Amino acid sequence: MAKKLNMRKRYELLTRGLGWEPTYQSKEKVFSNESYEGIKITDWSKWEDPFRLTIDAYWKYQAEKDKKLYAVMDSFAQNNAHLNLADATYVNALKLFIQGVTPLEYQAHRGFARLARQFSGEGAQIACQMQSLDELRHTQTQIHTISHYNKHFNGMHDPFHMHDRVWYLSVPKSYFDDAKSAGPFEFITSVSFAFEYLLTNLLFVPFMSGAAFNGDMATVTFGFSAQSDESRHMTLGLELIKFLLEQHEDNIPIVQGWIDKHFWRAYRVLALVSAMQDYMLPESPMSWKEAWEIYFVENAGALFNDLARYGLRMPKYHEQATAEAEHLSHQVWGTLYNYAHAASMHFWLPDEKKMDWLSEKYPNTFDKYYRPRYEMWAQMAKEGKRFQNGGLPQLCQVCQVPMLFTEVSKDDPMQISYRSSEFNGEKFHTCSDGCKDIFDHEPEKYVHAWLPVHQIFQGNCGGAAIPDILNWYHFKPEDGGDYAGSADETRWKAMHGETTGAASSDTESAEEKAAA
Amino acid sequence: MTVKAIHGEYPVVMMDSVDRFHGNQLVYIGWDYHTSISTANAYPLPPDMPFAALTGAVLPSVLGPHPEFPLIEWDKVEWMLDGKLFHPNMGLSLKDNGIGHKSLIRFRTPGLKGYNNTGN
Repeated sequence: MAKKLNMRKRYELLTRGLGWEPTYQSKEKVFSNESYEGIKITDWSKWEDPFRLTIDAYWKYQAEKDKKLYAVMDSFAQNNAHLNLADATYVNALKLFIQGVTPLEYQAHRGFARLARQFSGEGAQIACQMQSLDELRHTQTQIHTISHYNKHFNGMHDPFHMHDRVWYLSVPKSYFDDAKSAGPFEFITSVSFAFEYLLTNLLFVPFMSGAAFNGDMATVTFGFSAQSDESRHMTLGLELIKFLLEQHEDNIPIVQGWIDKHFWRAYRVLALVSAMQDYMLPESPMSWKEAWEIYFVENAGALFNDLARYGLRMPKYHEQATAEAEHLSHQVWGTLYNYAHAASMHFWLPDEKKMDWLSEKYPNTFDKYYRPRYEMWAQMAKEGKRFQNGGLPQLCQVCQVPMLFTEVSKDDPMQISYRSSEFNGEKFHTCSDGCKDIFDHEPEKYVHAWLPVHQIFQGNCGGAAIPDILNWYHFKPEDGGDYAGSADETRWKAMHGETTGAASSDTESAEEKAAA
Repeated sequence: MTVKAIHGEYPVVMMDSVDRFHGNQLVYIGWDYHTSISTANAYPLPPDMPFAALTGAVLPSVLGPHPEFPLIEWDKVEWMLDGKLFHPNMGLSLKDNGIGHKSLIRFRTPGLKGYNNTGN
């Protein structure tokens, strides 16, 4: 009988044995994406796999995790556990997640599949293949988890369609489109390092701790199920950076440029998360500013101290992102409130309790700048003149966020920050030095941006009137607007036996009975 | 710096060239220190439209609900066009005032610095 192989030997045979020298075609043709970005790889065999995971073990682990996850989801559904949420306003965080984040998981699945095909090193191929599968699994488990909420609340019925069209979702979409349309090394630097290694906690802590604080055990379980994958992804990100820098010194300025760019782009995507974290969670585990201090300022600071010996420095404009932490969530939430009539989720004015929490968390800015704004809007709403923006916003050419950011770093926090460039005889507007640098480095790329506001004016979005555009987005009239008076609120109250002014429909009564 | 491409030269398609806006040009207009309106707004406007139509019709349609909007004294407003101080001629067209496709117009209203002077 053959002797059983030790783990290391077995691992080598199951991974490294997969590479071979092509003879029918040249290696450059087979791996046609590998050299055009200017990255120099002298020896792929120096690649150290962060996790010595073979595909057979991978299937086994993932199957076990799925079994546990789906058991929790089944019991969540059978017990109508959505009734235990702190409040139905919380569900809007899930709407943002399914519309804004889940389609990114799918984009990541596709991006890593390409890398698994295009990297010529077998170790990197295997790691990317597994990550590609992880991302597809995350897409599916998120859809399955949130589908339970979709039975009871509005706005979650067509997230992939929305992701491709909706103005606020063009922010996450364009970040991934940017990475995916770049070369494989830029893609992996962007997604694995700038996003997953540097910033992923800022995405997962608000959503998963937020879920735990607000009684959403299904999402918590999904979060745990994804966590071991995420730590593998983070390790891949770090391994990749070290590998590129050790391979050739010419790689250092290229990689630094990508870190600068994708840190800034990913940070701009997280602007939406900051608003969700500070405003959508009825019970908040921590503020955006606190999360930024811990997960970026402290952790990234320590990381870049370690990376200094490879010649890397902190991403450009990180000080600006830190300064903006005092303002970010309030500015974004205010903009969402301006355009609540054009969203597939609800927004609202913070109540006194929430405002007191915000004052405590943001002692330098909230009472001075943002509480007065909410007081003004509350007064207007009381007079029957709920403020909404009747126009369409100017968008940043790069991050595609409405140009709402202000001159925080210039000590002028109530002045919008405007930057512009010219290319090919046309003006292009950006929201910050970070986005302007990105545009100026590759203007040919960013003139291709599909900016939702401009597309509406060009007549490419279902019509000129807001209802036509929302229909083209597959939004239903009851999906957006204020939470107060919404169908979600009516249904939530009915589920808890409270009556509202509005009559609940037959199906809602049936649902209430089923829940009881 | 040009974009690196796998094959040949990276193509350039101007997605927002003026010919795509059905005879209009895009103009962005922002009211400084009134951030409750959150951003400058984008408007597709005929280049031959007189500047006075901006203050008389376009801006009221969007900024009108702001409590300070009715208090604006238009003859005292300070204008900026694409980053430079600017004195518009109300009777002339946008084009003849030098306002091009995707120009940014900013204005400041002396004495009005947002709700309770908070920049809102």
